[in-house]
Amino acid sequence: MGYGYLREISVDQVAEAVKRLCIESNVKMPAELSYAVAQALEREESPAGRKILKQILENHRIAAEEAIPACQDTGITLVFLEIGQDVHLIGGDLYDAVNRGVRAGYIEGYLRKSVVKDPLFQRENSGDNTPAMTYVEIVPGNSIRITVVPKGAGAENASALRMLPPHAGLEGVKRFVVETVEAAGPDACPPYVVGVGIGGTFDRAPLLAKKALVRPLGTRHGDPRYAVLEQELLEEINQLGIGPQGLGGRVTAFAVHVETAPCHIASLPVAVNLGCHVNRAARVTL
Amino acid sequence: MTGDGVIVFAAGQGGSRLVVQIQTPLSDEVVLGLKAGDEVRITGVLYTARDAAHEKLKRLLLEGKELPFDIRGQIIYYAGPTPAKPGRAVGACGPTTSRRMDPYVPLLLAHGLKGMIGKGRRSASVTQAIAQHHAVYMVTIGGAAALLSRHIRKAEVVAYPEMGPEAIYKLTIEEFPAIVATDAYGNDVFAQVSNSWRRP
Repeated sequence: MGYGYLREISVDQVAEAVKRLCIESNVKMPAELSYAVAQALEREESPAGRKILKQILENHRIAAEEAIPACQDTGITLVFLEIGQDVHLIGGDLYDAVNRGVRAGYIEGYLRKSVVKDPLFQRENSGDNTPAMTYVEIVPGNSIRITVVPKGAGAENASALRMLPPHAGLEGVKRFVVETVEAAGPDACPPYVVGVGIGGTFDRAPLLAKKALVRPLGTRHGDPRYAVLEQELLEEINQLGIGPQGLGGRVTAFAVHVETAPCHIASLPVAVNLGCHVNRAARVTL
Repeated sequence: MTGDGVIVFAAGQGGSRLVVQIQTPLSDEVVLGLKAGDEVRITGVLYTARDAAHEKLKRLLLEGKELPFDIRGQIIYYAGPTPAKPGRAVGACGPTTSRRMDPYVPLLLAHGLKGMIGKGRRSASVTQAIAQHHAVYMVTIGGAAALLSRHIRKAEVVAYPEMGPEAIYKLTIEEFPAIVATDAYGNDVFAQVSNSWRRP
């Protein structure tokens, strides 16, 4: 991460990286995710749950070995770009380049095209999984960090946002998170990773929740109070007994990740973004 | 067990009694022999259909037209596979959330559909329709799509190729693994297990 001098990066490099990450994220499960499944297998007491966790691990192996997607829902594609402020992008439009990368990745990688052009009328498949949901953030430095997240609809559909009053406090937040997971129940491919965004505005809280989901498993919130909240929420969720695939068990979630932001004096927004057990992401720095 | 269902080996786990081999098309006799919680291995044919395909099937039935395949005795798999790589029968092919197809179930069962495979719970009206028509709802592991694809020998588009992953595929399957979630007597495995692992 250098400072002080301008660096030129071609958008073609971005497109190429996005293409590669689309394929990699769908085929090769992150090591920390496989580790979380293996850890869950140690804790799980339900025979049905144990069997399913073993099959999930086996699925990771087969997907990587045969280079086919771990899940047929290869998602709508989120692309997070953290662009150093000393980067000068050349060679064309950045958003076009990202979509070019997604198109190439989904076609050349034999990934499923799961995007419709219009949400309400006709719902015609775009045929190449574009457009991506692209988020750009300007950061210090002169490099670009790219994170590609294929997000399936099952867990996305079970996600929720609530604008709590400030007096709802810690208990209100916890209740809403646990209720959201309970409502999802067996339907959204548990064991879950639970992304929680607290604070910000009506639009910011879900983005925080998404970023929480994308945080690598095994990491904790930097503020010890929130690290404790993550642990407490995980314990409460695992007491629900939903278990792997909802067939009962001790492991309903692998982890709860919280991300926070300051908010208005009258607000306490809370967003819960559920991730299924195929909680994928792939990253690179250019 | 008698009839077409054959006991293969006792799993002895998870409260399920057996692993039962079943063959499509399904007869009443086979369906009535299945109990919520049973593990099954299915050999024969599955037809995929998701939201958009269900809407099309419903319209055809309501207009009195013929369906693109004979659904009597068949199983619909709520799935949309990834494209097959060269040399493979099919791509990754796991189940989608069944709930979204709930409104279409009573109509399809009334026209002879016998089984459904997906993931997650069903509505009370689906459970009721399953019992009324002697059908079965099974779940398979959501997100284990690479593993499940190994049980699929052949995939052919039978209708709506323009819908891409939402087309209706005929899948030829061998020992496809599933668990009986709602049996023909209206028993629901999710209702049975929901409280047994819960801590107050």
